[in-house]
Amino acid sequence: MKQNLRHEVGGNIDRSQPIRFRFDGRDYTGFAGDTLASALLANGVRVTGRSFKYHRPRGLMAAGFEEANTIVQLGSGSRTVPNLRATQIELSEGLDAKAVNCWPNARFDIFSLFRLFKPFWPAGFYYKTFMAPNWKIWEPAIRHGAGLGVSPRSADPDVYEKQHASVDVIVVGAGPSGLAAAIAAGESGATVMLLDDKPELGGSCLYELGAIEGDPAIVWKERQLKVLATMANVKILTRTTAFGYYDHNHLLANELLPGNGKDSRQRLWKIRGRQIILATGALERPMVFPNNDRPGVMLAGAALQYLHRFGVLTGKRVIIATNNDSAYEVAVELRRAGVDVALIADTRDVGYSSVATRVRSMGVEVASRTTPTDTIGTNGLCKVELHQVDAEGRALPGTARLLAADTLLVSGGWNPTVHLFSQSGGSLRFDDGQKAFVPDRYVQSGVLVGAAAGIDKRDAAVATAREAGANAGGKNISKPAASSSVNVGQTFWSVDVTTLGRNSAKAWVDLASDSTESDLRLAARENFISVELFKRYTTTGMMTDQGKTSNVNAIGILGSVLAKKPGDVGTTRFRPPFNPITFGSIAGRNVDNFYRPLRRLSAHESHVALGAKMEDYGAWLRPAYYPQAGEAEVATLRREVLAVRERGGLLDYSPLGKILVSGPDAAKFLQRVYVNNVQTLKVGQCRYGLMLGEDGIVKDDGVLTRWSDESFVVGTTSGMADRIVDWLEEWLQCEWLDLDVTVESVSTQWATMMVAGPKSRELLQRLGSDIDLSSEALPHMWAREGSIAGVPLRIARVSFTGELGFEVSVPWSHGRSLWDALVSIGKEFGMIPFGLESLLLMRVEKGFLHVGSDTDGLTQPQDVGFAAVIEKKKEDFIGRRSTMTPDARRLDRRQLVGLEPVDGRTFLPLGAHIVGEDFKAPPVLSQGWVTSSVQSPTLGRPVAMGLVERGLERMGQQVQIYDGGKLIAARITRNAFYDPEGERLRT
Amino acid sequence: MLLIKCPFCGPRDETEFRCGGQSHITRPGPHDVVADAEWGAYLYTRENPKGWHFERWLHAGGCRQWFNMARHTVTHEIRQIYAIGEPAPTIGEGS
Repeated sequence: MKQNLRHEVGGNIDRSQPIRFRFDGRDYTGFAGDTLASALLANGVRVTGRSFKYHRPRGLMAAGFEEANTIVQLGSGSRTVPNLRATQIELSEGLDAKAVNCWPNARFDIFSLFRLFKPFWPAGFYYKTFMAPNWKIWEPAIRHGAGLGVSPRSADPDVYEKQHASVDVIVVGAGPSGLAAAIAAGESGATVMLLDDKPELGGSCLYELGAIEGDPAIVWKERQLKVLATMANVKILTRTTAFGYYDHNHLLANELLPGNGKDSRQRLWKIRGRQIILATGALERPMVFPNNDRPGVMLAGAALQYLHRFGVLTGKRVIIATNNDSAYEVAVELRRAGVDVALIADTRDVGYSSVATRVRSMGVEVASRTTPTDTIGTNGLCKVELHQVDAEGRALPGTARLLAADTLLVSGGWNPTVHLFSQSGGSLRFDDGQKAFVPDRYVQSGVLVGAAAGIDKRDAAVATAREAGANAGGKNISKPAASSSVNVGQTFWSVDVTTLGRNSAKAWVDLASDSTESDLRLAARENFISVELFKRYTTTGMMTDQGKTSNVNAIGILGSVLAKKPGDVGTTRFRPPFNPITFGSIAGRNVDNFYRPLRRLSAHESHVALGAKMEDYGAWLRPAYYPQAGEAEVATLRREVLAVRERGGLLDYSPLGKILVSGPDAAKFLQRVYVNNVQTLKVGQCRYGLMLGEDGIVKDDGVLTRWSDESFVVGTTSGMADRIVDWLEEWLQCEWLDLDVTVESVSTQWATMMVAGPKSRELLQRLGSDIDLSSEALPHMWAREGSIAGVPLRIARVSFTGELGFEVSVPWSHGRSLWDALVSIGKEFGMIPFGLESLLLMRVEKGFLHVGSDTDGLTQPQDVGFAAVIEKKKEDFIGRRSTMTPDARRLDRRQLVGLEPVDGRTFLPLGAHIVGEDFKAPPVLSQGWVTSSVQSPTLGRPVAMGLVERGLERMGQQVQIYDGGKLIAARITRNAFYDPEGERLRT
Repeated sequence: MLLIKCPFCGPRDETEFRCGGQSHITRPGPHDVVADAEWGAYLYTRENPKGWHFERWLHAGGCRQWFNMARHTVTHEIRQIYAIGEPAPTIGEGS
């Protein structure tokens, strides 16, 4: 297809390098240097997207960040990227893009039938419609229709990276002001980073060709670039968009890297700058009038960009509508390029002003106090209707003109790009001269310069930027005051067509979220007049546009309804990201195995060789169980449990938290940490204990071992190991500075193997060591140190299975040898390796507490059988006072008890609630719930534990357990189901 | 993201630290002489100023030491970093 809107000359494109691409299933050709948008425009593609709600045909309306209509899905397969703006995509050979939110394409979109429903989708439609009881009907339809593009279905094969930097000065934006600031900062000797989103530097120098400091902009720009090239202390990043300005001058930027698919695809920069100079320019405002969204209606400044950056004409016959001087420059440039500029409609009375006189001399008609009131055309603009207006924006009946045009360029004034400044915490004020929000109070160290500060005269902008750059090494940079030259004569924010007997239902304010002038007025009438609520209720400024083109118009319209000035209406705070970034960029290299590194046991390879099913338990990869070929999980667990109970088994228990607490005050410290009495613990003795938070809630449990007068090892659950170390440190460093205690995690210094079962002593005796394992020398809950084959060895006689048991520890590097030896010798005794799932099953048979399963955020020690322990202890301990409050003494607290089905057969579902005898149907107050439940292989019946109101008092009573409509009769019992007197572990 | 000057390691990104909340809270005790209201206030009542806040931080991803910080809750300016056990500094109004 021919590029029939490509100008013969001009633009930074290479006409000798044609590039083929595909859009919405059709093939086109552009040139090297094009964006997807400029190439589409050159090819005369008018409908480039469909609107979000009503699927109205839309065309390109801007040339940069602010494009709200042309949102595309780029590429296909695992590298596809949704929701990119065509104006930000550099054209490349074979590029394939598709408009989002339409089917089969933007030219013909089946969903455009939604347009028929327009009257039913007013502001707040979602809030008014999608609510109970019909939510179930709406939800699937909304979920189906929600969103724009689609995310890739398979993993992204590309690599993304992150880089940190720290410099004296960051300059964001490499337009005239940015270049001047960067050079001045560089000359002062500061380290500088200059960021720009485009592939080439220059900003508005590339399309506003007028003079800067006496030279044509292009010449001026080239001179600055030559100076920059000599500065080793200035780092320049192109294709890099600063999108977030966080506390303490932390700036985040995303760099697009060429060479897609071979090297890294994008790089996320995290930069600290002592000063941040924002030279982010300004964004043009659209004008609000009926059918202002028709393809062919475009921002005036965008036309200038397409002409001079890409040599593309936006149309053959153009009408310009404006309220300020800047659009006259566009008229001059288009006229010079041979475009028929039919009319400039200005809302002001321009009379014989210099700008008007100039364009008239080029044969362009200028109409004062005139503005568009409608546009006509099916899939693109054909005609524009205009009316004269008064100062309040009321269209005057009888003044209509209907003119043919394929393009309507609009300029409703300029908004300084203050998004990053707003993110930094800075506040804005409404400047009545330029009818725009400009920077007011700064919170962080930095400054806005140039058009971003509301200074649109380029020489003045460059001068203030240069001053800011030169002083950036200093502590305080003076903040330049806003000053405008384009004479924005805005007296109204939307044309009032009610004088013509029409409404503004199709006068768009936010093209991205499809909200109209009448939507905003409705919201204001419904009293959504706080600007933050107004924004959310109407969804204005909430989609891809993020308020770039819509916010100020919306605030102006709200103000006109409320008879307030925009500055009194206020602004919403802009949030990051300024420009969308990919999840890939955020994730960087923290994907797959690097997302959350798993910790491996010292004997990992041996477990795998034994056929263990390895699973992730709180960052540790541990054997869940060891299935034989073709064996189901239930059968494996049964086999493992019965083997341990009859003969014995071996389990790698290394992830258990082990914290060395030592020093002269260690015992005194632990006395304050544990619910239990620690000071009576003898050297070599172990004690099972609980720790509480200050709120009295059970925090963790474990076995404490005293190795000497001043040295203890605190055992914790594996999941809490790190947190308990931190917690102990906090008490020592922040509260009890007088205690001489050292805390050190030794969890991965010792590999620990659990040897459990009736034959475990025999196995360990066969293993051989210098530790006497007889019941007299090593009773239950005692530990001994020794050595085996010259290697330090610790054996603690403790049990979590209910059988005779030992925990055998050696230095981590010897863990695998110990495990292999135990497995090998264990065979002689019929002892087998067993996994964590079997252990957890046995602990329920035994009724041992599992913190986090059998306790929740309300469980205190007296609820789990520790009332007597507390009673006997005199001293204060962490959380003790909280166990004495009226709430803690309530008689109807939930207490941990055993639960058994009355019929001896029915499994009690985990989490099922206990309900009263008078239960008929939910909802009723719960009396507690099942916290642990297993089908016991040892007992041959289901057993469970639960937190039950007044559980201890109701021992032996029958209760009802509710399970999805059924009631199960259960009995409250002691929670030790197996060997309740503990004879087996004392043998 | 805050840039926090750890007294032992120098300036580091906030992600290396953990905020432990308001500092200078005295733990009442022993348990048998503390009134319910006093204990409740110790557990749950915290300052929530718009202005200077004195809080304790841990350099969790570094030296693992706790320290105190005077931070402005609006501007996030960190005016002073001082040792645990030292009294809160006096800071003038404004930021």
